[in-house]
Amino acid sequence: MEKNIWLSLLVMAGTLYGVRALPLTLLRKEIKSPFIRSFLYYVPYVSLSVMTFPAILSATGSFYSALAGFAAAVVLAWVDGNLFRVSLGGCVAVFVVELLMEVVH
Amino acid sequence: MGDIQEDKTDGKSWYRRGMRDGIPIGLGYFAVSFTLGIAAKKAGLSALQASVMSAAMLASAGQFAAINMIVSGAGFIEMVMTQIVVNLRYLLMSSALSQKVRRDKPFLHRFLMSYGVTDEVFGISVAVRGKLHPAYMYGAVTTAAPGWVLGTFFGAVVGMILPPRVMSALNVALYGMFLAVVIPPSRKSRIIAGVVVVSMAASTAFAMLPGLKEIPSGFQMMILTILVAGGAAALFPMKEEA
Repeated sequence: MEKNIWLSLLVMAGTLYGVRALPLTLLRKEIKSPFIRSFLYYVPYVSLSVMTFPAILSATGSFYSALAGFAAAVVLAWVDGNLFRVSLGGCVAVFVVELLMEVVH
Repeated sequence: MGDIQEDKTDGKSWYRRGMRDGIPIGLGYFAVSFTLGIAAKKAGLSALQASVMSAAMLASAGQFAAINMIVSGAGFIEMVMTQIVVNLRYLLMSSALSQKVRRDKPFLHRFLMSYGVTDEVFGISVAVRGKLHPAYMYGAVTTAAPGWVLGTFFGAVVGMILPPRVMSALNVALYGMFLAVVIPPSRKSRIIAGVVVVSMAASTAFAMLPGLKEIPSGFQMMILTILVAGGAAALFPMKEEA
C-alpha cells in the first residue's frame, strides 16, 4: 500500500506534467493561422473569467462578503490594475464585511 | 509581428518581477491547499506524501481527483485517463504560452516552464506585456509554489491553523488575481470586455442549469473556453500587430 501510493503519485504527476509540457514543447513555431492565433489570444481572458465567476461568490463564509470581495477587486482592477493590491483589496473587503456581519449579529 | 522585440531587461529583473507577482498567488495557495492537506490525511496519505504530491502536481482539481483515486484503489490506467481529463485545460494554456514565450531562449526552458503552468501562474504570465521571458515564470513559481506545499503540509499535520475569517478572506486572493489580469485590458478594448462578460455569464449558466451543472468543473471550463474563445476568434479576429 505504502509503495503503491508513491507509485500512484509518480504516475499521476507524470501524466499531469505531460499535459502541461506537450503543447509548449511541440508548438515551437509561430502559428500562422489567424483564427488559431486569435483563439489562443482570447483563451486567457475566457478561461480566467470562467474560473472566477460565479465561483468567487461561494468562496467565502457568506455570499455578501464574497460579493463585496468581488466588487472591490473589480473596482481596484479597473482603476489600479496592480496584481498585489487588487488581490489584497479583495481579501480586505471580505474580512471587513464578515467582521461587520459578526458585530451586527 | 514584432517577434524579436528589443528587450533590454535581463533575466534577473524578470525573475524578480515574477517573484513579486507570485506573492499574492502564494498567499492564496496557502489558504486553498489546507483543505487539500486535510483531505489527503483523511485518505491515509502521510504529511510527507501529501506535501510531495503538492510539490509535484501544483494542481487543485487534479490533486483532489488523485486523492479520491488513491482511496478508491483505482488502477493506473484510470489514474492516467482521469488526470488527462481533469487537467485538459492546461493543454489550452500551454498552447497559448507556446506562442507567448520568447523564441530566442534555449528550448530547454520550455520543459522547465511546463512545470509552472497553473491557472494562476499562467494568468500572470500571459498578462506580461510583449513576449514572455522564462525567468518571469520561474520567479513566480519561486514564491507561489512554497505557499501551496506549506499549506498542504500544515493541513495534513494540524488541520486548520488560521481562524476561519482569515481563511475566508484569503480564499478570494486567487480570484482577485484573475480579475487583475482580465479587467485592465477590458478597459482598453470593448471586445475583451465583451468576452469577459460573456464568459462570466456563460459560466453562471453552466453552474446553475440542470444538465450542464453536472459536468465536472474542469471539463466545463474547457468547453466554455473553446466555445467563447472560438466564437470571439471567428467574430473578431485579432488585428495583426500584438
